[in-house]
Amino acid sequence: MNTKILIAGFGGQGILFAGKFLAYEGLMSGKEVSWLPSYGPEMRGGTANCSIIISDTLIGSPIVDKPDILVAMNGPSFDKYENDVPAGGALYLDSSLIERKSTRTDAGVHYIPATAMAGDNGLNGLANMIMLGCVIRHSNIMTMDSAKAAMEKLVPAKKQEMLALNIRALELGYNYEGDK
Amino acid sequence: MIVFEKPKALTDAPLHYCPGCTHGIIHRLVAEAIDELGVQGRTIGVASVGCSVFTYNYFNVDMVQAAHGRAPAVATGLKRSDANNIVFTYQGDGDLAAIGTAETVHSAARGENITVIFVNNAIYGMTGGQMAPTSLPGQITQTSPYGRDVNTVGYPVKVCEMLSQLDGAAYLERVAVNNIKNIKAAKAAIKKAFRNQIEGKGFSLVEVLSTCPTNWGKTPADALKWLEENMLPYYPLGVYKDKTKEEK
Amino acid sequence: MAKVLMKGNEAMAEAAIMAGCRHYFGYPITPQTEVAAYMAKRMPKIDGGVFLQAESEIAAINMVIGVASTGKRVMTSSSSPGISLKSEGLSYLAGCDLPALVVNVQRGGPGLGGIQPSQSDYFQATRGGGHGDYHMLVLAPSSIQEMVDLTVKGFDLADKYRMTAMILADGTMGQMMEPVSLDVGEVKTYEKPWALTGTKCERKPNIVNSLFLKPDELEVFNNARYAKYAEICKTEAMHEEYRMEDAEICIVAFGIAARVAQNAIDEARARGIKVGMIRPITVWPFPKEALNKAADKVKAFISVELNMGQMIEDVELAIRCRKPVLFCGRSGGMIPTTEDIAVKIAEAAQIGG
Repeated sequence: MNTKILIAGFGGQGILFAGKFLAYEGLMSGKEVSWLPSYGPEMRGGTANCSIIISDTLIGSPIVDKPDILVAMNGPSFDKYENDVPAGGALYLDSSLIERKSTRTDAGVHYIPATAMAGDNGLNGLANMIMLGCVIRHSNIMTMDSAKAAMEKLVPAKKQEMLALNIRALELGYNYEGDK
Repeated sequence: MIVFEKPKALTDAPLHYCPGCTHGIIHRLVAEAIDELGVQGRTIGVASVGCSVFTYNYFNVDMVQAAHGRAPAVATGLKRSDANNIVFTYQGDGDLAAIGTAETVHSAARGENITVIFVNNAIYGMTGGQMAPTSLPGQITQTSPYGRDVNTVGYPVKVCEMLSQLDGAAYLERVAVNNIKNIKAAKAAIKKAFRNQIEGKGFSLVEVLSTCPTNWGKTPADALKWLEENMLPYYPLGVYKDKTKEEK
Repeated sequence: MAKVLMKGNEAMAEAAIMAGCRHYFGYPITPQTEVAAYMAKRMPKIDGGVFLQAESEIAAINMVIGVASTGKRVMTSSSSPGISLKSEGLSYLAGCDLPALVVNVQRGGPGLGGIQPSQSDYFQATRGGGHGDYHMLVLAPSSIQEMVDLTVKGFDLADKYRMTAMILADGTMGQMMEPVSLDVGEVKTYEKPWALTGTKCERKPNIVNSLFLKPDELEVFNNARYAKYAEICKTEAMHEEYRMEDAEICIVAFGIAARVAQNAIDEARARGIKVGMIRPITVWPFPKEALNKAADKVKAFISVELNMGQMIEDVELAIRCRKPVLFCGRSGGMIPTTEDIAVKIAEAAQIGG
């Protein structure tokens, strides 16, 4: 396996944390991983993205310019990266914030109203994990059990109340059926 | 009866200063303070750039030579490396009040527990007599040949007055070495500045008004007179800040 | 020791602490500020640990000079514009023969430039940066593991040779996370009889100084320093080869450029083009010997850099211009893509053997 993932959206949507979670799970599962964020002042309220590679073999470049999986959490990111996904790849779109449909017919496209679902379920700020729940279901990057185990390790002791919420968000996305 | 004895904290190297220059007196006062406080073995000095650049040859303690203006930053490193070190800088006016203003201000603001000996002779001596940040209004120098014109180059920096506004500075005093009485007061101030450090009181700076007969173009005697008539009125002697007193 | 997931900047900071560094002086600048933030958190919790945010890059490097004078391991970090400010201090460190570790997490320049990754301070780093005849040991990590290992190595070499060691990283190396082992092994210590520790009234004063007004005296010091540099060039140059066994084209790249080149090489190999890479791990001393040997076998070199063409001069010098050296570079914070490199590989493949 050598999966290149790009997560993109606004600063404050938990883009970097979502990426860190994926990389962390990869590390725990004994895989090679890399995590590369966009950085600098544009992060404050502007666009944020992060590249994650999860691989069975040593990783060369950590830069992801052709993501196998794109998670787009706002319109500008979707516009920017939609056509970077190679044929056979997958796009996961937060349809609460992205109004238009993808024109891609050669890649899997999943629409998840993650921000609205988070709001409806008292999970404000956890749309990122709802998106990843859906990614986990439709890709082979990790199992849900492994995801939960990674989350348990990743959420710091003093923020334990966040653990259950993050896992609920993952499950919500995982069980979402209306993504087509 | 001992008539004259060289302080232990001075080496045997002959000083290179011009005839009539008061650096030699100030060196002796610093060395006496180190001797009397019994800290020679743990003192580390920082030489600066200017006429006092060679102080590393004169003080009989471990010494480091710093880049122009950077002595307080180097001293910060020495002190933070081991709080037991007694660290002093010996800087001229160009070094401390022009190129090194930031290092001076911020080491004072941090309350860095070091001793700064600031020699103010109102001119750049080593490079041959250019206008210093402390040159007086109207003072003729190589780079102010028509006299320091405050309308184009501004006013002298009054270091003690400026630093006295900083909460971090513990002790600031301006002294002069133009006569016996003032030299005695200078000695007491320098010793206090070292004692403050030993007692952990924080940033202490003694500004010493000094002469530069060579670059002022005066005889040693006239230079002392010039200091008295021109520098003392502009740079009044006295204690500008003494937190050690306030605390009592 | 189990691997942990860490940002390059933070892994490097932790490695410095493990190498025995207890003094860090810095000033905020993107993209290396995490080093300072990490040190601010860690140092106060360690016995003897000192973190101090200086008023400027200039003050920070001079605080480094102060601690280095006392013989203790000390570090500062910055990014390109800040390194320019520190260059005065780098020259004094060299002139005083003081060991220290200085990190440059490079960003695009010149001037204030940008904040994205760059390698455009290659000349500055490998030629010394400040005034006067001198060099620094310059280590160029291309993974987070190397950010750790070369930091430890840098402190060791600095002490061994009484020189400044520079970690020449870039924004990517500083910001990315990879699994890393913090098992740094045994840390060597060195005797420093020259250090300013106070005479205890038991020895003659030690003097740390770079001023020698007599030219013949100064020349003696410079000659001694260059004799040391010659020894270092013989013994300390480090590089890694990738798929060079049968290579006809040799890519030369360091840091993040080498990571991208690795992908480009794998792709070209899949197309049947025999290409490999020599990756300098030290860029000063430059691995001249390895390149010169490769020049006997390959028909062309490609220097891949995040700048307008700097290391390429060292490549040409190393091989005495015996083979063509192509250049593949992006600047301003842009990173060459595998496609950019593929174009140059195709061009090199056309060159007659």
